[in-house]
Amino acid sequence: MYSRAYKAVISAPPLLWVCLFLLLPYALMFAHSFWLVRDGSLVHHWNLQNYCTLFTNPLYFQVFLRTARIAASVTLFSLLLGYPLAYFLSFHAGPRKELLYQLVIVPLWVSYLVRGYAWKTILGSDGVLNGFLQYLHLTHEPVSFFLYSPFAVVLMLTHIYTPFVFLPIYAALEHIPRPLVEASQDLGANRRATFLRVILPLSIPGLVAGATFAFVLSLGDFLAPLLVGGPSATMIANIVQSLFGAAYDWPLGAAISVCILLITVSLLFTTERLEKRWSFK
Amino acid sequence: MSAGAISPQNATSGSALLEVRSVAKNFGAAQVLKNISLQIAAGEFLTLLGESGSGKTTLLRLIAGFEQPTSGEIWMSGERLDTLPPYKRRVNTVFQNYALFPHLNVRENVAYGLRVKATPKAEIVGRVEEALRMVKMSSFADARPATLSGGQQQRIALARALINRPQLLLLDEPLSALDANLRKQMQSELKALQREIGIAFLFVTHDQDEAMALSDRIALLRNGALEQIASPREIYSRPATAYSAEFIGQTNLLRGAISNGLVRCGALQWETSKAAGAALFSLRPEAIHLAAAGVGPTDVVRFRGTIRQQIYSGASELLEIDCGENQILRARIPASDPLTGEHEFVFAAVAAVPVTESPAPDRSRATTRAPK
Repeated sequence: MYSRAYKAVISAPPLLWVCLFLLLPYALMFAHSFWLVRDGSLVHHWNLQNYCTLFTNPLYFQVFLRTARIAASVTLFSLLLGYPLAYFLSFHAGPRKELLYQLVIVPLWVSYLVRGYAWKTILGSDGVLNGFLQYLHLTHEPVSFFLYSPFAVVLMLTHIYTPFVFLPIYAALEHIPRPLVEASQDLGANRRATFLRVILPLSIPGLVAGATFAFVLSLGDFLAPLLVGGPSATMIANIVQSLFGAAYDWPLGAAISVCILLITVSLLFTTERLEKRWSFK
Repeated sequence: MSAGAISPQNATSGSALLEVRSVAKNFGAAQVLKNISLQIAAGEFLTLLGESGSGKTTLLRLIAGFEQPTSGEIWMSGERLDTLPPYKRRVNTVFQNYALFPHLNVRENVAYGLRVKATPKAEIVGRVEEALRMVKMSSFADARPATLSGGQQQRIALARALINRPQLLLLDEPLSALDANLRKQMQSELKALQREIGIAFLFVTHDQDEAMALSDRIALLRNGALEQIASPREIYSRPATAYSAEFIGQTNLLRGAISNGLVRCGALQWETSKAAGAALFSLRPEAIHLAAAGVGPTDVVRFRGTIRQQIYSGASELLEIDCGENQILRARIPASDPLTGEHEFVFAAVAAVPVTESPAPDRSRATTRAPK
């Protein structure tokens, strides 16, 4: 048994860390969302003005809706790419499994910014994609809507978050005891029925975890719209960024942040319950 | 008999339900099964017995369809089996660790086979009830597998397989995870169930007592080859090889030579009509008696030996007898008073069963465990 003093000494640094770098900033953000900026300076006057602005000005709601739509698309496409990939690797990759796994992971080591700029060069009007299309004589002049559109944002975020979706799904699939798959086939289920009745239900916790990653990370992303999105793809985090920066309206920015935080936390709470519901043993 | 010599037309000849013809299986360079041929009759309880690494589970998996034979064929009821995917074979398997679906309750687990074959709902309900009653688990229909004990999971695995009315049930060491008492109980229930429903069982085990207690016939596998296939009584009383004799029950292997109509094995000798040459005999411990206890007068072999050790086990005890010339014999006699010093022993000459020398273990398979 450890003495009380020892426990206190051991737990003090992480406790301090959490207070200083998590709880304090959250408290500050929360407080700011009830303050005001008047004549270019912060007024510590408690009020609900910021939240009123948020819920009455349709601009914010529109941007938020677009953000949610982009995040949902990214989630969907990441799942459509990540699940089959994880399934193939887990069940059919054989001895190449380790190598392929590493190949999926490698892009995670590449800087987010580098990948963003890569997409810029691919999608731009004199980029790789347009050059290729013109070379094939499929188009005669550069297609402009590749870059600076919600499409480009979804593409880039899907590319970035697919490994995040892949990982938990792969882990869930790897944890399915193979005798269960054999038992299913033994009982007369073909590959498709075995997948639908055994493999898919048992991989739901991984699927939910992966989808949560993709959705929550996309929801708060502001670099992709900045790099490849353009004005038509402005997301909620871009608004927050400009409010904290050029617009110098920290209270409104904080109010938006509090809303996003609440949405994210309730989402995490729900998905965690979903994962628990579908976990066995 | 080679696989190529048998045409599909006479595949159904005889009463064999399942026929394994010259099947071999390699995993990379390792030969796991070598030219196995055997038949299972309808309603038969056949046990594949062997040490770990003997290939018994691989043979079972070939029949279930989880592995493909490298060469040879498997036929069932006049139909080529080894070319079918597992879900089209009329065999079902009880897996070693039961492999119950954790996301389904007991009822859904048992109904699985019928459901994937789109059986009418009303029929499923009736047959699930019947199957659960058969394994005495009716009251657990709504339980999740994780909440059940090993023995209960075992019963559900059995019901889940049998509900499909297979012609042949494959059981892969189904009792190995149970504790000793439960194991004995499940053995007798399993045997009773098999008699009652009349389905052929192919049972894999490494436990020779279990094999003896349950089987109509035992197929003893060693390093991927069939050592002997016979009824438990026959394989015990007339083991074909030294390995059979040592693996199934205890035995004394007597190594010696025959010359001038006389067998000489160390300190022992007796008359024989066999030709001269090297000879190997298996003599079961219970065939040796204390001379004082008296034994029939014909063809009795007498010898003297010193008691080295006496191991008491209730109804009987095991003696280790030093006969001199570095020869130790084990004898099982009815429990008696403590014995010491030198005594005279006898056994009937016919009890020494000639066996063939088993070839040395294959060097390519290093993971062979000694029999317990």
